[in-house]
Amino acid sequence: MPEVTLSNEEILRYSRHLILPEVGMEGQLKLKAAKVLLVGTGGLGAPLALYLTAAGIGRIGLVDFDVVDATNLQRQVIHGTKDVGKPKIDSAIESMNDINPNVIVDRHEVALTSENALEIIKDYDYVVDGTDNFPTRYLVNDACVLLGKPNVYGSIFRFEGQSTIFATEGGPCYRCLYPEPPPPGLVPSCAEGGVLGILPGIIGLIQATETVKLILGIGTPLIGRLMLYDALNMKFRELKLRRNPECPICGDQPTIKELIDYQEFCGIPQHAPEPVPVTGDISVVELKQRLDKGDKFQFIDVREPHEWQICRIPGTTLVPLGELPKRLSELDPNSEIVVHCKSGGRSGKAVDLLKQNGFVNARNVVGGILAWADQVDKSVPKY
Amino acid sequence: MARILIPTPLRQFVDKLDTVEAGGSTVGEVLLHLVDKYPNLKKNLYSDEGKLRSFVNVYVNDEDIRYTGKEKTPVTDADVVSIVPSIAGGKNA
Repeated sequence: MPEVTLSNEEILRYSRHLILPEVGMEGQLKLKAAKVLLVGTGGLGAPLALYLTAAGIGRIGLVDFDVVDATNLQRQVIHGTKDVGKPKIDSAIESMNDINPNVIVDRHEVALTSENALEIIKDYDYVVDGTDNFPTRYLVNDACVLLGKPNVYGSIFRFEGQSTIFATEGGPCYRCLYPEPPPPGLVPSCAEGGVLGILPGIIGLIQATETVKLILGIGTPLIGRLMLYDALNMKFRELKLRRNPECPICGDQPTIKELIDYQEFCGIPQHAPEPVPVTGDISVVELKQRLDKGDKFQFIDVREPHEWQICRIPGTTLVPLGELPKRLSELDPNSEIVVHCKSGGRSGKAVDLLKQNGFVNARNVVGGILAWADQVDKSVPKY
Repeated sequence: MARILIPTPLRQFVDKLDTVEAGGSTVGEVLLHLVDKYPNLKKNLYSDEGKLRSFVNVYVNDEDIRYTGKEKTPVTDADVVSIVPSIAGGKNA
């Protein structure tokens, strides 16, 4: 390891660490010598990058190829309003350089894949997974197990989070916890299910805390323990987590010895097929023309009541998708039914359900209320 | 009756409750009573072959039942059964 020293500017900057006996000069030098890879600069990655930078980690690698979107700002606090439309990696590096110019930031403006993951990860001491999607999570897990790099894990959903450390020597990995991912569609993402903006702050900073503790070698690391956090009840719970001797990658007789195709493993089609317009689909433009002409049809919105409060198309009746099966009697099978949701997914399911129940003249509004806001009525807010 | 903690993604199937009670002397019995009471929960906990799904873990207090006798793990009224599915809030980038 090259000789690491602190400048007078750094000594002043890290004063509150240096006077903490558990950190001190020795600990601060360990932080400066450390190399940490952050996968993702989104909800979890934002607080992670901010605090690890402030703490004085010597080298931080960022992996991200996404662009800042207005809907990110509610939780991804490393990006600001002025950054909307910019690559997240640029916006993140700008914030990090401002907080602590002593930190060297490596940019990896790529998607982490089975082809590049080992090459990118091998130069770092620790990996912190802030991407929070299944294919990348299994990829990061497997790459960390194969390379023997501890993987500080976090995941969030609405008001709940999980965190632990995987792939330490003799410790469990993500496959020990969950051998297989759920099939796509069964677990909604933040984009579909929503998330309390503060939640990734809490979970990301649990990950940051554990990363710093690992580097310093202090305290009891979150290894072999799964931390569960429930924001609504403000409760932390801890479950035991063991290495599975039969784990396909970290077990006693591993069967996975190299990285695999994680999109396929997670059941995600390689090339998402373009949505094919099904006979009976209706565009928002056609819908508007028919409404203007005064055409008569049953017009159903299958979103949730809290979405209805954000915006609605005049003339619709709200029947949330989950309630549709018990409310079929409210509908007339002999007349046309036009169904919309936010972007067309749920209304597609509703149309299928209606057709199966004899409502043959059911039609799906392509693109939902988002398409309506884009193409028909720009005063309708998008969410 | 043991207390069963229901995670957020599954609350929509149990009348939005975060805790449900169900009787039984083993985890298997308790979970069967649970899905009897809330049939919509069944496909989220069990595969078509009737096995607990591999992305849903079940704990009695803080112990993973995979290491304590699986569905035969004994449960008393004082125990808390947790259902902990894998979650991922981010988008599929």
